[in-house]
Amino acid sequence: MLTSTRRRLLYERLFVWLCASAVVIPLLILALLVGNVAIAGAGRIDWAFLTGYPSRRAANAGILPALVGSFAMIAITGIFALPIGVGAAIYLEEYGARRRLAGIIEVNIANLAGVPSIIYGMLGLGVFVRLLGLGRSLIAGGATMALLVLPVVIVSAREALRTVPYGMREACFGLGATKWQSIRQVVLPMAAPGILTGTILAVARAIGETAPLVVIGALAYVTFLPTSPTSQFTALPIQIFNWVSRPQEAFVVNAAAGIVVLLATMFVLNLAAILLRNRLQKRVH
Amino acid sequence: MTSPNQASRSCIIAAMTNRSVGSALLLITFAIPNAVACKGGDASSGKGDGAGAKAIVIDGSSTVFPITEAVAEEFKQENPARVTIGVSGTGGGFKKFCNKEIDVSGASRPIKAAEIEACAKSGVEYVELPVAYDGISVVVHPSNTWVDKLTVAELKSMWEPDAQKKITKWNHVREGWPDKELHLFGAGVDSGTYDYFTEAVVGKEHASRGDFTSSEDDNVLVTGVGGDEGALGFFGIAYYTENKAKVKAVPVDDGKDENGKGAVLPSAATVADGTYAPLSRPIFVYVSKGSLERPEVQAFASFYLEHTNKLAAEVGYVAMPGNVLELTKKRLAEKKTGSMFGGKGAKVGVSLADLLAGKGG
Repeated sequence: MLTSTRRRLLYERLFVWLCASAVVIPLLILALLVGNVAIAGAGRIDWAFLTGYPSRRAANAGILPALVGSFAMIAITGIFALPIGVGAAIYLEEYGARRRLAGIIEVNIANLAGVPSIIYGMLGLGVFVRLLGLGRSLIAGGATMALLVLPVVIVSAREALRTVPYGMREACFGLGATKWQSIRQVVLPMAAPGILTGTILAVARAIGETAPLVVIGALAYVTFLPTSPTSQFTALPIQIFNWVSRPQEAFVVNAAAGIVVLLATMFVLNLAAILLRNRLQKRVH
Repeated sequence: MTSPNQASRSCIIAAMTNRSVGSALLLITFAIPNAVACKGGDASSGKGDGAGAKAIVIDGSSTVFPITEAVAEEFKQENPARVTIGVSGTGGGFKKFCNKEIDVSGASRPIKAAEIEACAKSGVEYVELPVAYDGISVVVHPSNTWVDKLTVAELKSMWEPDAQKKITKWNHVREGWPDKELHLFGAGVDSGTYDYFTEAVVGKEHASRGDFTSSEDDNVLVTGVGGDEGALGFFGIAYYTENKAKVKAVPVDDGKDENGKGAVLPSAATVADGTYAPLSRPIFVYVSKGSLERPEVQAFASFYLEHTNKLAAEVGYVAMPGNVLELTKKRLAEKKTGSMFGGKGAKVGVSLADLLAGKGG
C-alpha cells in the first residue's frame, strides 16, 4: 500500500520534471541564441548605427533605410491584412457560407497558413511586381507579406469572433437589430482585442521574413528613405543577410547588431499587442 | 502609374471600413497606419515618378556588389542621383538587364550566348567594362600537412563529373597522400565563380561532380573547410585573406612556365600579374547603352572606372593593371557595345589587355 503510494508520487514528480524541462530546455536554447547575438552585436548599436546608411566600411555602416523600410512595409501589410482578414472572418463566422463550402474554405485557409513563405514570394513576384506592374516597391512587398499573414489573421479573427457568446447576438436580435447592427455594435467590439492581438502577432512575424523579399527582389543597397508606397526599399532581414555573407569580420558584427535591432522591434510589437489587448479587454468587459 | 491608384484605393477601402465598423476601438488602429499610407500615396501621385526618374538601378552578381557599393557610396558625395543595388546573381542580373529593368548589371563572368540573344531580342545594347580582378583561392584545413601544391590536372581529377563517387579519398588524388576522406566545398552552381572554376579546371563551363557541399554564402564554405581536416574548397580571394587563420591556401600549378614557374599562391600581386593562373579572372559591369544617354548614368560609369582600382583593393579585390584600365576607359568613351568574349563563356588564360585592344578575340 505504502510502496504503491510512494511509486505514484514518484511518477507524479517525474512527470512534473519532464514537463518543466520541456519549458526550460527551449528557453535555455533561446537564451543562448539571443545572448550570443547580443554579446556580439550589442556593443555596435549606437545612434549612428540606427541613423546611418550602408557603407563599405563596416564601422560607418548603418541600418536606417532598412529599419524604415521594414516599418513601412509592415504598416502596409497591416493595412491590407486587417480589413481583408477581418472581413473574411466575419463572412465565414457570422454569415456563414453554405456549410460544406465553409468547411472546404476552412481547410484551405488552414493549409495556406502552412505554405512556405518563399511560395508567397513567387506569387508576389508574379502578381504584384510583374502583372500589376508595381515593381520592386514597398507596396508590392507589403502586399506580398499581407498574403503571407492573411491565413493567420483570418484564423485568429475567427477564433476571436467565436469567443463572443451567442446569447449576445440573440439579445441583439431580440431588440430588433439586424445582423449587421449586432456585428457592428456588439460582436466586433467584443472580439476586437483578440482580433488585434492576432493581427499584430501575425504582422510581427512578417517583419522577420526574408525569403519572400529575396524573391520579389528587395534591394541590398539603398541610400535613401522610402517616400511613398511605390518607393524601392530594403528591409532589415535583407540587410542582415547581406552583411552575414561579407568576408570581413566587422560586417558579421554589424549583422549581429542588426539582429538585435530586429529582435527588439519584434519584442516591442508583441508587447504592444499584449498591452493593447489588456486595455481593450478592460474597456469591453 | 498603377501604384498610386492602388494606394489610394486601399485607403478608400480602409476608410470605408472605418466608418462602417463604427467601433472606436477599431477606428484607432485603422486610422494610424492609414494616415501614413494615404499621405505617402498622395505624395507619390503628386510628384509622379520624379524621384524614380533619376535613380540608377543596378543589380547582378554578389561578387561585384562590394565594389559597386563602394563606388556608389563615393559617388553619392558628388552627385545627387540615387543609386540602388540589388543582388540577384550574375544570371539573375542579366535577365533583368535584358528585360530593360535595370541600367547596370554586375557580372562575375562574361555574358553568355543565350543572354546575348535575350538582350538582342529586346534591343538592349551594352558596354562591357572589366572593373577588377578576383582570384579564386583553393583552400584546405590548416592542419592539412600533406598538400604542398596542386596541379590543375589534380584539381580536375577531383572536380570533374566522372570523379563522382570515385575520387573520395585523398590518396585517390595523388599516391602517398593519406587514406583520408576527401570532402569538397564549392561555390553555388548558379554563381559566376562556379562557372569560371569549372571552365578553368574541368575544361567545361558548369560541369562538375555533384557530390560536394555548395553554398552561395562563401562564409559557409570558410566555416566548412575550417572545421574539416579532409576538406578542400574554393572561393573568392577576399574570403581567404580575411580568414587566413581558419583556412590554408594551396599553391596551384598550371604546368605552364610562361605565366609563373611552378605552383603559385593566390595574392594581390600574383592575381594582378596573371601568374596565378588559371584561377584569376576579371569581373565586370555591363552598362546599358540606352541608359548611358542619361547624364547621371554616364557620370556614374565614368566615376566607376575612375575609382574602381582604389576601391576594389579596399574591399578585397585586385586592381587592374594601368594599361587594362586605360583601354577600358577608352571602351566606355567610345561606347563600344558587344562582348569581347563573344558569348563563348569565360576565357581562361587570355589577356584582358589583348581582348580590349581587339586582339585574340
